[in-house]
Amino acid sequence: MKALLATLLLAASVGAQAQAKLQPAQSDLSFQAHQMGVPVDGHFKHFDAQLAFDPAKLAAAQVSFTVDMNSGTIGAPEYDAELVKAAWFNAGKLPQAVFKSTAFKPAGAGRYEVAGTLTIKGQSKPVVVPVTLSKSGATTVATGSLAIKRLDFKIGEGEWTDTSVVADDVTVKFKLAFTGL
Amino acid sequence: MPSTATPTARYSLVAIALHWLLALAIVTCFCVGLYMADLPFSLTRIKLFNWHKWAGISILALSAIRLLWRLTHRPPADPPMPSWQARAAHLTHVLLYGFFFAVPLAGWAYSSAAGFPIVWFGVIHLPDLVAPDKALSETLKELHGLLAYGLAGLVVMHIAAALQHQFIKRDNLIRRMLP
Repeated sequence: MKALLATLLLAASVGAQAQAKLQPAQSDLSFQAHQMGVPVDGHFKHFDAQLAFDPAKLAAAQVSFTVDMNSGTIGAPEYDAELVKAAWFNAGKLPQAVFKSTAFKPAGAGRYEVAGTLTIKGQSKPVVVPVTLSKSGATTVATGSLAIKRLDFKIGEGEWTDTSVVADDVTVKFKLAFTGL
Repeated sequence: MPSTATPTARYSLVAIALHWLLALAIVTCFCVGLYMADLPFSLTRIKLFNWHKWAGISILALSAIRLLWRLTHRPPADPPMPSWQARAAHLTHVLLYGFFFAVPLAGWAYSSAAGFPIVWFGVIHLPDLVAPDKALSETLKELHGLLAYGLAGLVVMHIAAALQHQFIKRDNLIRRMLP
């Protein structure tokens, strides 16, 4: 009964806003790290987003973004096999990374600063993600990038905490296409 | 530095310095290459691969300087020896120079094909010689290895000939290349 009530309340609160649907084929989530100065580019194949957004009711806007940590690849199978292991993503035990928004702030035409909590590998950090929205036809594309420190999320444990080999700074880039906004 | 106008039985100091510097660099690079190839994924593996690439590019650059120097400075004349030996020595030298370029270039191309551009000493971004391509990277890996073994074989011949001059002919030919 409680669960049903909660579901109904949630449905009601989201229902007040336009409910967008992610278009995975037109979306992209990538990251860039550096090992001894060499850029290493990777991306995630599977991720999902729930977005409720109406520019007129920004206070009620919400986004919840989940990433399948087992779907990361840097294009070299021998490295991808390492990526899911405990020292890096520990994707077997902690298969999901999550970003949950807490507040949307306008930052100019089509731009927003989305504050929220980023949880990767069980480690949560408050972040502010700059997002640019652009609409073409029925599709709205949200793009942006976020600089994170991999060690904040225990990505690369043990000997891998040595940032002279794998740099602490990682840039995450996203392009999320939505319909129904 | 001795004037090039004075006849000398020795190589120039620049040639001697480059010879020994590159000898040390090439032997070290070869041994590190052999050791690192089968290492499991680890911090050590990543460090050694990058150092190996930095060293390889340095060898390539120094070899270019050395070749220019060699082409513009006459080496000492051959000591008396059978003509087949002189031909073998000269052929070995020409091949050595060829491999000084071929081995690092193949390694560079292998790194490009594998999708890991070389950033020399972690600072200078070098262009990719070929586009990333898994199949090509496997071929270039083989080629880089074969060329490295070829260079090792030439180095062994070169050293054997030097030892033969030193201990069998006892003509002290090595003094031409000693600092």
